[in-house]
Amino acid sequence: MSSSPTILEMRSITKEFPGVKALSDVSLTVKAGEIHAICGENGAGKSTLMKVLSGVYPFGTYEGDIVFQGNEVRFRDIRSSEQTGIVIIHQELALIPELSITENIFLGNEPGRGGVIDWKDAKKRAIELLARVGLKDDPDSLIKNIGVGKQQLVEIAKALNKSVKLLILDEPTAALNENDSQHLLDLIRGLKSKGIASIMISHKLNEIEQVADSITIIRDGRSIETLNVKEDGVNEDRIIRGMVGRDLESRFPEHTPKIGEVFFEVRNWTVQHPLISDRLVCKDESLFVRRGEIVGIAGLMGAGRTELAMSIFGRSYGTYVSGTIIKDGKEIVLKNAGDAIDHGLAYVSEDRKVLGLNLLDDIKRSTVSAKLKKISKRDVVDEVKEYEISDAYRKSLRIKTPTVNEGVGKLSGGNQQKVVLAKWMFTDPDLLILDEPTRGIDVGAKFEIYGIIQKLADEGKGVIVISSELPELLGISDRIYTVFEGAITNDIPAAEADPETLMKSMTSAKKKVLS
Amino acid sequence: MTQITEAPKKSGGIRDLGKMFGSGSGAKQLGILGALVVIIIIFQVWTGGLTLTPGNLIALVSQYSYILILAIGMVMVIIAGHIDLSVGSVAAFSGIVVASLMQNFNVPWPVAIVLGLVVGALIGAWQGFWVAYVGVPAFIVTLAGMLIFRGGNQFIGNANSVAVPKEFQFIGAGYLPEIGPDTGYNNLTLLLGIVVIVAIVWREFSARRTQAEMGSDMAPLWVSLIKIAGLVIVTGYATYLFSSGRVGTSFPISGIILGVLVLLYSFVTRNTIFGRHIYAVGGNSHAAELSGVNSRRVNFFVMMNMSVLASLAGMIFVARSTASGPQDGLNWELDAIAAVFIGGAAVAGGVGTVTGSIIGGLVMAVLNNGLQLVGVPSDRVQIIKGLVLLAAVAIDVWNKSQGRPSITGFLTRKRTGGAVAVETPPVPRVQDDTNALEPTVGASETNRPSSVTPNN
Repeated sequence: MSSSPTILEMRSITKEFPGVKALSDVSLTVKAGEIHAICGENGAGKSTLMKVLSGVYPFGTYEGDIVFQGNEVRFRDIRSSEQTGIVIIHQELALIPELSITENIFLGNEPGRGGVIDWKDAKKRAIELLARVGLKDDPDSLIKNIGVGKQQLVEIAKALNKSVKLLILDEPTAALNENDSQHLLDLIRGLKSKGIASIMISHKLNEIEQVADSITIIRDGRSIETLNVKEDGVNEDRIIRGMVGRDLESRFPEHTPKIGEVFFEVRNWTVQHPLISDRLVCKDESLFVRRGEIVGIAGLMGAGRTELAMSIFGRSYGTYVSGTIIKDGKEIVLKNAGDAIDHGLAYVSEDRKVLGLNLLDDIKRSTVSAKLKKISKRDVVDEVKEYEISDAYRKSLRIKTPTVNEGVGKLSGGNQQKVVLAKWMFTDPDLLILDEPTRGIDVGAKFEIYGIIQKLADEGKGVIVISSELPELLGISDRIYTVFEGAITNDIPAAEADPETLMKSMTSAKKKVLS
Repeated sequence: MTQITEAPKKSGGIRDLGKMFGSGSGAKQLGILGALVVIIIIFQVWTGGLTLTPGNLIALVSQYSYILILAIGMVMVIIAGHIDLSVGSVAAFSGIVVASLMQNFNVPWPVAIVLGLVVGALIGAWQGFWVAYVGVPAFIVTLAGMLIFRGGNQFIGNANSVAVPKEFQFIGAGYLPEIGPDTGYNNLTLLLGIVVIVAIVWREFSARRTQAEMGSDMAPLWVSLIKIAGLVIVTGYATYLFSSGRVGTSFPISGIILGVLVLLYSFVTRNTIFGRHIYAVGGNSHAAELSGVNSRRVNFFVMMNMSVLASLAGMIFVARSTASGPQDGLNWELDAIAAVFIGGAAVAGGVGTVTGSIIGGLVMAVLNNGLQLVGVPSDRVQIIKGLVLLAAVAIDVWNKSQGRPSITGFLTRKRTGGAVAVETPPVPRVQDDTNALEPTVGASETNRPSSVTPNN
């Protein structure tokens, strides 16, 4: 294996975004004709690295060298990397649903002369390409009418048309079922036998173990190690250790939980995908929260964590199928976010820019926006109260801003998140659901936000924390649920949990039977 | 960030003048209001003093009040992220219904006005239903409405004009009556002017009080005094002009209706829960819904309100022109939309103010009126109006892309901040999958200071 020539070498790649070092000194070596997996936690920097490689972040925006087939390459954009033979297939497929398979394969690359497309030729070539990926569909079918698995194959056919030498697949099987995944993996192996190397990013460790020749592990924006699957005898546990193998530093405030009675329960919660009616995003999930308890929810991206949280919060996601919510011993029905707020629920969304805040608004208006009634008389907002309340939150949460008259769009991520927290604290909730509460926030602000969460719990509120960062969940939670493919797979007291056991339950269906 | 945003505090003296209209630096805050003043002065000179004469001013108000009434509704529609193309047709439809009711069924005029508003509400409910509950884009719904109600007008009126009775004409062509001793001026107009002046002074001081209470960055007292002096002089002069017109004319009734609506809707959009919800839905409808805002209801009522105001505008127009005709309200939607965008609203929604739109509407009105006075033919008037709209919005867009505050944002900024954040400089595109960036938005370039201080 080690004798085969190198096709790609990325040397000490460093990529910085304003305020954050996403990659520091990352190196990656891919040998000709191998399948190379890249593993790491969410946010470790895998996708950023691939964006550097494919020219999404052009030369000059990063430091380091990329050597492809012996030559140093400097990509200006995706087009130039594709011309070199590096093709990336993104997690969200870049196909146009209303166009046919043929049209999609040749999009931006249409055969013909003088701007007139030769459809006869295109179709002929499409059929050949489809045959290479094992698709027998009519090339005239519209993309929207074929399944996700087939769409993935069309993407690969499109890549083959560009005479690909190195194929990058970002979570290729995330949206596929067992059969389609297997088919896709077989295809990747088939490409390998024809000399096409692949880089594969995947959370599904069993698949990686199955197809990869070598594995590079990235953690916190650094390349940790590269394993040779056959020689090093790699298994899932070994990969997990590499992925999570950092110490739990004292990044969390000291806290002694004051846990009370169970006051909130979700039973047999089943929810459909909003568009695809035969896909369930929550499968018969049950959970409970005690007063004063911080409950973590661990799961990989796409496991259905946010879907669970949002569907509980007034059916804000998907189509409700069945299940009940019980609060303080009584069943409650929450048909929209307004109901949920009235019943003392709060949901701090994962994406504060898209779902959490109106970035055009200022701090004080944002702070009171989820419960304007509280400071209004006959529907007229009391602006003095609004100012006083938001200013009090500014002080108690230490939001860094001269005054609360500033626009929230101008605040840093950490301070925006504090405004979102203030907004939901103002609604006086009994249960707070925090979805990725520290995403995109620097360490100092994280510490403060953990403190706020703990204080809320000490006030007797229940808190659910969803996070992709296992150390964070282990540090802040009293108890952790793991979620895999829309189902709860485990329920572990945080004291007994460690990253390995969590990762295991997050990457496979129910192993342990729980009470 | 802190340092930069606090900078203006340190600069005293003449710069404090900038705080007269909100806060900021340079001459930018004169913005569209400045443009309005400049346009007025240019035409005053160009027409040899004909612009600021009692007769012309009175005509101007009664001629454009209905467009400005439409602009009030339109800005709310646009803040919510929609558009309404049907207002001209709705106005024409309500006009003909009201006119026919009075002429053919002898309905008393006050009843007819109420029925006209009801017709507007029903039309609005119809359009609001499609927009809010079915999800058809407002552009399409109101394009359909434009055809439907134009046709409806011609169907009811047989494509003919229907005259309206004398008493009804009062709302469009009436003036404040002459009462009290003969002072040589219209007494009620004088009284109105005094009330407005008192209100201006009172408001400025109560705004200062609120700011002091809220610890905002307050402009020095002399700035407030200059502002008051300026506004009082303008109001006083306008009062003089309006009250010294030809006997029998004075401040138009339609102008009073407009004034009341401006006050009412400024309050509604700024101080009520419903108003807040309009901005929330237009600014980020997902976030609004997750905050418990019923965005469908907001959209429904915004569309409905627009049609009610369109009906009112239609009735005022009919009253002024003494009859309802098949061509009433043609292209009104365009004037109203132009006024709103000149007034600083954003096409994407979430941004805009009632006062801004009124100023924008006045710019168009003065321009139109002035060009007609100098005898520019109507084809060229249209060309100029089009260019002005384009230029006004282009300057605004350009300023925003430079991270500079919007001209109109300053002027129309509310005492407590309001929908100001338009001026947020473009956030650098976040491209990372990890989202692990702190968009420390180009704070260094922003000259928006620590507080959004006062103004109107």
